[in-house]
Amino acid sequence: MSKPSDLVQGTLDMLILKILALEPLNGWAVSQRLKQMSSDVLGVSDGSLYPALHKLEHRRWITAHWKPSGNNRRAKFYSLTRLGRKQLEKESADWNRLSAAISGIVKLKEA
Amino acid sequence: MTFEWFYALPLRLRSFFRRKQVDQELNDELRDHLEQQIQQNLAAGMSPEEARYSALRALGGMTQIEQQCRDARGGNFLEDLVQDLRYGLRQLFRSPGFSVLAILCLTLGIGANAAVLSWIEGILFRPYPAVAHQERLLALAGTARGETGPTGLSWPDFLDLQRSCTLCDSFFVSKITGSTLNVGERAEVTTGSIVSANYFDAIGVHPILGRGFEPGEDVGSDSHPVAVISYQLWRNRFKGDPQIVGKMQRLNNIPHTIIGVAPEGFYGTFVGWAMHFWVPASMEETFESGGYKLEDRGARWIEAYVRLKPGVTRAQAQEEISATARRLENNYAATNRGRGITLWPLWQTPFNNAGTLLPTLEIMLAVGAFVLLIACANVGNLLLVRSFARRHEMTVRLAIGASRIRLLKQLLTEGLILSTLGAAGGLLVAYWCRHALVLLFPARSGVAMYLPGEIDWRVMSLSVAICLIATLIVGLVPAFQTRNLELAGALKAGSSGVVGARGRAWVRSGLVVFQVCLSFILLVGAALLLQSLQKIRTTSPGFSTTNVVETGVSLVSAGYDVPHAKIFQEELIARVRALPGVQSAAFARLSPLGYETYSSTPIAVDGYQPPPEEQPTVDYNQIGPDYFATLGIRLLSGREFTRADDENAQLVAIVNQTMLARYWRGQDPIDRRLQVKGRWARVIGVAADSKYESIRESPKPFFYVPLLQDFVRGPDLYIRTAQSLQSISAALLREVHALDANLALYEMITLQEQVDRSTSPQLVAVDLVSILGGLALLLAAVGLYGVMSYAVAQSIRELGLRMALGATAADLFRRVISRGLRLTAVGVLCGATAGLALTRLFGKLLYNVSPNDPLAFASAVAVMTITSVAACLLPAWRATRTDPARVLRD
Repeated sequence: MSKPSDLVQGTLDMLILKILALEPLNGWAVSQRLKQMSSDVLGVSDGSLYPALHKLEHRRWITAHWKPSGNNRRAKFYSLTRLGRKQLEKESADWNRLSAAISGIVKLKEA
Repeated sequence: MTFEWFYALPLRLRSFFRRKQVDQELNDELRDHLEQQIQQNLAAGMSPEEARYSALRALGGMTQIEQQCRDARGGNFLEDLVQDLRYGLRQLFRSPGFSVLAILCLTLGIGANAAVLSWIEGILFRPYPAVAHQERLLALAGTARGETGPTGLSWPDFLDLQRSCTLCDSFFVSKITGSTLNVGERAEVTTGSIVSANYFDAIGVHPILGRGFEPGEDVGSDSHPVAVISYQLWRNRFKGDPQIVGKMQRLNNIPHTIIGVAPEGFYGTFVGWAMHFWVPASMEETFESGGYKLEDRGARWIEAYVRLKPGVTRAQAQEEISATARRLENNYAATNRGRGITLWPLWQTPFNNAGTLLPTLEIMLAVGAFVLLIACANVGNLLLVRSFARRHEMTVRLAIGASRIRLLKQLLTEGLILSTLGAAGGLLVAYWCRHALVLLFPARSGVAMYLPGEIDWRVMSLSVAICLIATLIVGLVPAFQTRNLELAGALKAGSSGVVGARGRAWVRSGLVVFQVCLSFILLVGAALLLQSLQKIRTTSPGFSTTNVVETGVSLVSAGYDVPHAKIFQEELIARVRALPGVQSAAFARLSPLGYETYSSTPIAVDGYQPPPEEQPTVDYNQIGPDYFATLGIRLLSGREFTRADDENAQLVAIVNQTMLARYWRGQDPIDRRLQVKGRWARVIGVAADSKYESIRESPKPFFYVPLLQDFVRGPDLYIRTAQSLQSISAALLREVHALDANLALYEMITLQEQVDRSTSPQLVAVDLVSILGGLALLLAAVGLYGVMSYAVAQSIRELGLRMALGATAADLFRRVISRGLRLTAVGVLCGATAGLALTRLFGKLLYNVSPNDPLAFASAVAVMTITSVAACLLPAWRATRTDPARVLRD
């Protein structure tokens, strides 16, 4: 339904991991950061963000803590785990390899 | 993958058990997001209402996201399991008839196995629950070159072993004995043990009152009349008297001081009987016949155990003990030449009932497995029928997206529910039957045997394993069927697909053939054992079993010394011979086929040169005049002992045929010399061979000496008479009381009864295999009945058509029966082929019967055929009731 249509499956995971690698954030902040960083190009809906967060949590790549946020509410803050950092490194490397290969092919066609 | 699964386990468990909280947290999280979005929207200048709607739109529906988050947590294994369990239980309740039948089959199958396992555990592997470290306990028995069976040990040999063994923690003696116990008004025969002084320390059992034996209490002759009594004896006969220690109790007429009470749940160390008192070995003369034996290296009477040091293997200990035995052989050639000592695992203990029950229980393991397989086949068949009924359900579930794995899980879960309930029932059955083995043994002298089963963690875990195997078998049979479910076809019609039905029929028939095959093998086994028992019972023991009764007078317990005992015996035998209807009467020390062991002695024969390294040793019995006439043993030459062969006359002996053949090579031995216990005796007669210790023994050398020349105070009395047991018993008691009113008679039995008792292990084997064989037959018949009824119900249209075309009811009847018999025939054929190889397993239990005996196979075929016809009768009858008009209309 709200799956990002042109987002390669798994890329969203990498983006979330990357964002959380900088600092622990709650869901809302992750969604804002996603929008800022990708300049709304990726069009990740908030609806698909939460299932992704929960999946990552279950894989133990990120972990969650409840912290008080303003207005007497508590918010769930996610942070990267050691396992998640490894995963991010792996996925970034994969991504770099893949994008290098693809851009290589694209350039080849132009030439 | 599994790694990940493992990492997520805590979270999975949390989302399963703390479901409410997890959902609440998810809700909070999303709500927090919504609030912040609304705040942002408000800041951007939207109206509160617009801000809210926009935020909700952006998020895309709370409920959907919540569900997606739950999905993201992965397919929850535990949730699935609970769902499957719930669903499976609902299915069970929906068809209670099916469920009850299936669970009953599994209960019988698993119960039979659990019961057998509990017997094996309680009788063979952990026979003495109260004893510490049973796993390091071994039984100790002697061997003699040239003899097959194990022998006892002598007390001096035992002491030497104890001194020289470095690999053993302790040696101890426990020799079964009995005594009449008079407490208050009641007199009762009680079983007890003659033990070494270290007994209670060695087995780690500590009396709850008083003390065990002290070192030195097993030294001397009748020097330490002390006894430890069992908890039950203390409770039942002494009313739990707290002041019991120090009180006196007459045992075999010698006052014993009770020095201790054994703890509850300790029954001694003898498989088959519960021990109720223990006396030190120094009291041996009071409880054993045959005189003072503690200094006699040739008297092999004790039964002993050894506990190895931790980490020592049986082979290592055996090596050391054999070395000791060789040393004893050299040092004491006269008594020990050719003698060895062997260690036995407890389950092969040669001197108690472990050894006699071992072959039976071994067979029972196989029989139990067969019954379980037959039961599983039955349940599999039932499930197949139901899986046909549920085919539509399965197809629909597949169609709406259930994976086949998920379906398989569901079917296995249902199998698990059935087998778990079956296992629970089975353990209950085993619990009820754990002491049932003893019921198959006839009671002797009013004392019931004690053969407890033990349901411990080992039996439990094996039963659980059996249950899991049953689950797999039972669950996979219908799963096998869903494999070739064809979605489109099955959804379309919903009624019987022809191809599928044929495949299923094939599987079901296969299962029935399998059942018939297994139960046929069990039938053959039962028939073989029955034949063997018949052979044993009809084998002539070499003495008359009819018109001869056996009893005894307890002179030892009454305190008679040797001269008085001689006079008493003299007077009694004269009175008995004078009784009307008595043809003859005689005394003898031991009765044939009894539990007690004969005296044995090294012998020498004039003109016979034994092979080097061998000391010929022969068993003998002390008998009075007229013994052969009374027992009906033929005298081949020479004469019987007479009153004149007494202590003042020349020593004489009568040998048996086998002894004649071995030591005189068939030449006439009359008036030749035979050395017995170092003294020369003259042979005066040759008796026919008879059975001495067991009906199944092969002929062995044996001889007799006159009772008066080797006197014992408590011989058995044999009377040949046509009178009934009651009248002769009453008459005898009158005569005994005329001589001494304080004397009591032993139990009086016929010699036939004596033979029957000695063959009771065979009887038990026949009973057990017959019971389980009958069970297997019943299960197989139910299976056959099920398949035939189903086949008739399925082919009702065909039957109707045949009838309409002119087939008579008799034709249809024959058709159904012959189809059932075809299945049976295939099963019997398989069973007979397998049986030819498998019945060899019965070898140890068979006597004079070949494992491939044609009569046994033929009778099994007959029983199987009759059972099959019976199982097919009802379906066949139903087939004849087909109403062609209605069938064709439908």
